[in-house]
Amino acid sequence: MAGQKELLRDLKRAERRRRLMALALIAPLFLFLLISFVLPIGDMLRRSLVDSELSEVWPRTAALTKVWVWDRAQDPTPEMYRALGQDIKESARERTIAVAARRLNYALENGRSLVMNTGRELRRDAADPPDWRARLIEIDPAWGERKTWIAIGQAAGPLTDFYLLTALDLERNEKNKIVSRPPERSLYVNVLGRTLLISVSVTLLTLVLGFPVAYLVANAPKRIAGLLMILVLLPFWTSLLVRSAAWIVLLQDQGLVNDALQAVGLTSAPIRLIFNRTGVIVAMTHVLLPFMILPMMATMKAIPPTYMRAALSLGAHPAIAFFRVYLPQTLPGVAAGVLLVFIMALGYYVTPALVGGAEDQMLAYFIAFYTTSSANWGLAAALGVMLLTATAILYLVYARLVGMGQVKLG
Amino acid sequence: MRVGKKAILATAVAATIGLTAYGALANRPLTVVSWGGAYQDAQKKVYFEPFKATGVQLIDESWDGGVGVLRSKVQGGTDSGWDVVQVESEELELGCDEGMFLPIDWDRIGGKDRYLPAAQHECGVGTIMWNFVLAYDKDKLKEAPRGWADFFDTKKFPGKRALRQGPKSNLEIALMADGVAPADVYKVLATDEGVDRAFKKLDEIKNDIVWWKSGAQAPQLLASGEVVMTSAYNGRIDAAVRNDKRNFGIQWNGTLYTLDSWVILKTSPNVDEAYKFLEFVGRAENQAKLPVHIAYGVTNVKANEQIDPKRLVDLPTHPDNIKNGVQISDRFWIENIDRLTERFNTWAAQN
Repeated sequence: MAGQKELLRDLKRAERRRRLMALALIAPLFLFLLISFVLPIGDMLRRSLVDSELSEVWPRTAALTKVWVWDRAQDPTPEMYRALGQDIKESARERTIAVAARRLNYALENGRSLVMNTGRELRRDAADPPDWRARLIEIDPAWGERKTWIAIGQAAGPLTDFYLLTALDLERNEKNKIVSRPPERSLYVNVLGRTLLISVSVTLLTLVLGFPVAYLVANAPKRIAGLLMILVLLPFWTSLLVRSAAWIVLLQDQGLVNDALQAVGLTSAPIRLIFNRTGVIVAMTHVLLPFMILPMMATMKAIPPTYMRAALSLGAHPAIAFFRVYLPQTLPGVAAGVLLVFIMALGYYVTPALVGGAEDQMLAYFIAFYTTSSANWGLAAALGVMLLTATAILYLVYARLVGMGQVKLG
Repeated sequence: MRVGKKAILATAVAATIGLTAYGALANRPLTVVSWGGAYQDAQKKVYFEPFKATGVQLIDESWDGGVGVLRSKVQGGTDSGWDVVQVESEELELGCDEGMFLPIDWDRIGGKDRYLPAAQHECGVGTIMWNFVLAYDKDKLKEAPRGWADFFDTKKFPGKRALRQGPKSNLEIALMADGVAPADVYKVLATDEGVDRAFKKLDEIKNDIVWWKSGAQAPQLLASGEVVMTSAYNGRIDAAVRNDKRNFGIQWNGTLYTLDSWVILKTSPNVDEAYKFLEFVGRAENQAKLPVHIAYGVTNVKANEQIDPKRLVDLPTHPDNIKNGVQISDRFWIENIDRLTERFNTWAAQN
């Protein structure tokens, strides 16, 4: 009996060791995924909602205006003016004022110079003024305006819908109602639309162009198939930048394609093929084509040729045999290729930037702009959330239509 | 074996601690950070090597810009290994507001009057001037365009034009083409009507514009015949003319200029050496050697006298070139870049 107990314990111990071993083996991957994937996405979601810049630099002002802005029926109180004046003065001396200036500038035209100039003035004042309101309005009348205070109140945190609303071309007006932004600044829904449109076009084009190629490679004799494979994979071994630039050489006004068209006599003047939507779609289709061909080819290789032969020998018309016997069997590969290409296309940045015009830039371009050029990370995060949400919704719809069990990547 | 391992570990730990302590205590050499590439190579020849010969130790590094990088360097207030950094004008403005740089003590670098007015800033001293100019293909245009108004005249100068993608530089150019004097450009642009006016002017040639995104693209578009004229960085056009023998011309009328500046990080432990360096690179005789290598203007008011007159005509600081120019306003663009970028892209999407 005792022996059995010991045996059981040993077994358990061995089992536990094996489990720990397995955990240790996947730990690097798990950590990698956590650090490079889960945490950044989580941080992005957080940044699109959290609004703590102003309250960190101007704590007193933020606390008071946060309450005031709820009903905003009365005028700003003298306490609010005093808090603001003292906060500006202190933050100017500690050189943290630029943070508040940047945040207010998002919501308020000329907000940055308003804050910085006031800081410069107040920093010089030795004693506190008897009437903060009068002093602030003397420096800039904008401090007496309600919209300035509403902007402060809306930026007082700790959470905000400002960035997410902006990403949807919406804003809160002075009465706290959600309204559309002025038409000359309503941009991002349009950009999302064009991102989806370009991605769909590219996906359909790669499907139409890739299907015959995949069929050819899958059914060619081994030696020729190897050669074709190299041709398909060749673009993979060339830098994305080089491929995109090569299209500029081909498609520009004095490029090969236009010269050829004119030599044949199809046109008399060069047609615009690059630095517009055509250029973007052509270049992206080329870049993404291998991602469509590879999964389709893998699926087609696994289809036994006997099925088609059986259908034909039983008297089916070749077209019918193709559509009713062959095509349905390729669907898992097609579904995988479509998903892969579409989702990759959604995030494209370099290619449209190089071969597109100003009106062909996709969402990733604006995310990059707000991340690196203007350091408006809140809006960059909100645009990222918008892209992520759109992708997730489309993925779910697609999963319902195709059924995820159908997708085969290799 | 065990003892051996421990001994090695102990030695390693001691060595690390020792090195760290040495690094913190010892006077590290003055570290100067610039933009790298051909430009920093030229700086090495005319500034860094001769300065080292005066007996001060110096090492140079390079960076790609970005105010976030500077922010991380001064965070915590302890030395991060950088002393003097060359920054673009927007970084100078933002970093100065955030207190990252030491205010310049002009007496220690030869006095304020030694430098062009545009090079004098609370937190930095200008070192080079570079420009957006109107560049054109002399082979394609029989007559040279005389300014931005001609750039917008597609009847007199048929063919496509290229501009930098985004609102910056283009709104100024559009206003000057519409008859606004260079000195008044930002006054007009500060009003809503001024912005409307600039976009309306851009409407006139919207379908003839190709947008370039990186500085290298502008001369490429000219060289390939895609456009007949473009806005461009003067240094790129100069290099295409001198190195690639292109027949490009530059129109300086209505040029937009900006300066890169030297700043001293507030965390620098080598402030005395840093000032010695700035004084050295601010001397006219030293600055005069830079434009031989690269077509940037220099900021010492006496430097031009010592530059070969044949070279001087290619430089932004030549009196005839700067005469009708306007300095890009960083205050304006820091404040309005988000808003006007949205507006620019909405405008671009309309047909």
